[in-house]
Parts: sequence; C-alpha cells; structure tokens
Amino acid sequence: MGQVAIIDYGVGNLRSVEKAFAATGCEAVVSGDEKELREAERLVLPGVGAFGACMKALSERGFDRLVRERVGEGTPLLGVCVGMQLLFDESDEFGATPGLGLLRGKVRRFSDELVVPHVGWNRIDQIRENPLFDGVANGSFLYFVHSYYCEPAEKSVVAGETEYGVRYASIVAQENICGVQFHPEKSQDVGLRLLQNFARLNSRC
Amino acid sequence: MLAKRIIPCLDVDNGRVVKGIRFVSLVDAGDPVEQGKRYDAEGADELTFLDITASSDKRDIVADLVRRVADEVFIPFTVGGGLRTVEDIRTILRAGADKITLNTAALETPELISACAETFGSQCVVVAIDARRRNAGDPADGWDVYTHGGRRNVGLDALEWATRAQQIGAGEILLTSMDRDGTRNGYDIELTRAVSSAVRIPVIASGGAGKLEHFYEALTDGGASAVLAASLFHFGEFSIAEVKNYLRGRGVEVR
Repeated sequence: MGQVAIIDYGVGNLRSVEKAFAATGCEAVVSGDEKELREAERLVLPGVGAFGACMKALSERGFDRLVRERVGEGTPLLGVCVGMQLLFDESDEFGATPGLGLLRGKVRRFSDELVVPHVGWNRIDQIRENPLFDGVANGSFLYFVHSYYCEPAEKSVVAGETEYGVRYASIVAQENICGVQFHPEKSQDVGLRLLQNFARLNSRC
Repeated sequence: MLAKRIIPCLDVDNGRVVKGIRFVSLVDAGDPVEQGKRYDAEGADELTFLDITASSDKRDIVADLVRRVADEVFIPFTVGGGLRTVEDIRTILRAGADKITLNTAALETPELISACAETFGSQCVVVAIDARRRNAGDPADGWDVYTHGGRRNVGLDALEWATRAQQIGAGEILLTSMDRDGTRNGYDIELTRAVSSAVRIPVIASGGAGKLEHFYEALTDGGASAVLAASLFHFGEFSIAEVKNYLRGRGVEVR
C-alpha cells in the first residue's frame, strides 16, 4: 500500500481526510510541499467553498501544473467534493471559471427549485463496475454538501450516480483519475472503505 | 433520494459532555469522543456540540475537543456556542469541525455570516434562530427572535431574519422554538413550516420532541430537512435507531 498525499493548498480542513485514511490503516500525509507531492504514490485533491477560489489557490502554488503532470505520469488522483469539480473543464460558479480540464465537462448549479445546498446522506447508484466499489453495497448512503454538480461530457467516465432533482454523476473514474462528490471522510464505514479502495488501487480506477 | 437527518445535540462544558447519553457508562459518560462514537454507531446522521464553556481559554478548550472528536468520529459534526469572530471559527474548523452555528454574534454582527461564508463557504455556516410566538395561541401573529435562552426579545421577525441570513450566506438554519423547547409537546410545526417555506436552504427543526410522531410531523408537515433533539436521547427515551425505524415505517427516507 503506497503513500497518499493530501494536497494542502490553503483551503478547508484536511485533518478529517488524513484521519479517515489513518483509520483504514493507510498511510496518508497532508502536504503543501512540492517535493513530497511529486514523490507521493497517490494524490488526493480536496476542495471546499467556491470553485474559483479553490482554482486560484491551487494555481498560485503551481499545483495545477503539478497535478496535471503527476496525472500524466499515471499517478492515481482522487478529487473530493469541490476537488472533484476541479477535474473538469469549467464551472458556472460566478461566471465561467476554468478548471483543471483533466476530464471533459462542466460544473453546474442545482436548480433554484431545490433546497440548496444539497446537504445530508444520499444514495449512490453504481452504474458500472469499479474497483472503488469493492465491498461497497449498491445504493449505499454517503454524506454530501454541495450546491454545484459535475456534468461530464462523456457518460463513460460516470461510475456512480445520485438523485437530487436531477440524476448526476457523484463518482467519476477514468484511468487513474477519480472524483467523488460526497465526503468519504464523513461517511462512516462506507466512506472509509472507498478511501481504502483508492489507497489500494494499482494505478487505474 | 436525500435522507432526512436525525441529529442528537450534546452540551459540552470544559471539553466534557454535561448533557449527553445518560446511560452510557461503559467507558466514560463525559467523554465527547465516546458519546460521539455511540451516537455514530446508533445511526445518528450528524452530531451537534453546544459548547457552554465560560473559561477565558475557551477557544483552546473547544479546539482540543473538536480535534479529539474529529480523530475518531467519521460523521459530520457541528460546533456552536459563543463563537464570535472569524478567527474563533477558523480555529474550530481547522481542528476538524464541519460546521459552526452562529446565534447571538450573528444578530449583533450580521456581517459575520457573510465573512464566514466568503472565507469558509456557506456549507459550514449554520445560523441558529431561537423563536417565540408573539401570541402563544395563534401562530398567525408570527414569531420574534430571542437571545439569552429565550429571555431577551431582539425585536426582529423570525421569518425576516431567516430570509436575511440566507441572503447573506447562511447554509442552513437551526430553528428552535422557545415555546416548545423542553416541553416535549412536539416541535412548533407552524414555525417550522413558515421558515422552511420562506427559505431555500435546509431547516433543522429543534425544540419540543417528545414522541415519535413529533419527528414525523416536523419532517413532513413542517418541511424540515433534519430534526434535532437533546434530552429525548439524553434520557434514553428513544434511541436514534427507534426514531429511524418509526420514520421508515411511515415512508420517510432515512439512512
């Protein structure tokens, strides 16, 4: 089992993610150190708050390039919450804001007809097999907090979907790039299992 | 479908639970980590810690509590009670809390809501509103916002304050009926419905739970996204699992 580095770029609370990996017996560090991030065997890209602010904080540290390069080398990457959204081309939040562009598609806001943010426990329907789902029952509840959701251009990247006014992609996986819209670190045993599965991935989701 | 949430509330003083699960005596009844784990195991969807520490090093004490809970409890938790500045809140969030509640401080300085929403995101800003009916017998007369445990009338309409809080960045409303709090006569359904219809953010109903149907009413007629209870769970009347089984039996989606 290789070392997981949780990218610290000044946003949000990363302690919970680190502790969640530790609870599954996986070695994880929170790091904002370029050298460490270049050497880690797996990367977790967290994110909380506004898409634009996250992208800005990431770019200011040169981590946007670092993430793209490491992904290009085949390093497994897991985007969590806004970290998942950052994987895509752009977000509607405060006008079109470009993301990392690792996956094709956009990030959209939930309809104003709904109670937003989407907060609480909701189900994931596994729409195709994926090693991240190892030991995770189809329809399991996970904890979500978000106002925007990912709309991938290619259906083939969608591994799991969730229903909240629309059916949207709550887990995406393409080669070594994975993203989850929920917070695995706050989703009890099911979430911990998903993190453990990520930490055990060879190099492909 | 999004599940309705059941949230137990624990009162904490100096890092120790003073009102929590009364009969948890296995390890340490006053330990927030032990109580958090117990509620987690029972199926609580979130935890709320209401901190009542009066000491001058309150911030450090609360941060230490949050750190200990975050290390071992893997469900979301909220911390409230006496948080007054962005720096107080940063300390609590960095220690591992998922959300904070603002009550009196938000009434005195509404900009605190927007400052927190801009800095940390709306998702972690819960505005707590303590409301009391102007006319106990007639909800049509509306509700005023109170502070100091329901003793001081702020002179502000509860619906207006909820709407304004949403506009300036609140991510959720924790709505407590001061008429019902501690009575076990049921949540104030009219209040809950009025606020949940006025805002487009989740409303957590609080104050008055005494029977299983009270939870059902708040989540259906009241339009609440979540229900919070303290003493009912504290005194062991119902377990979280019993509440969930009951709700599930009546067709409410719960985890």
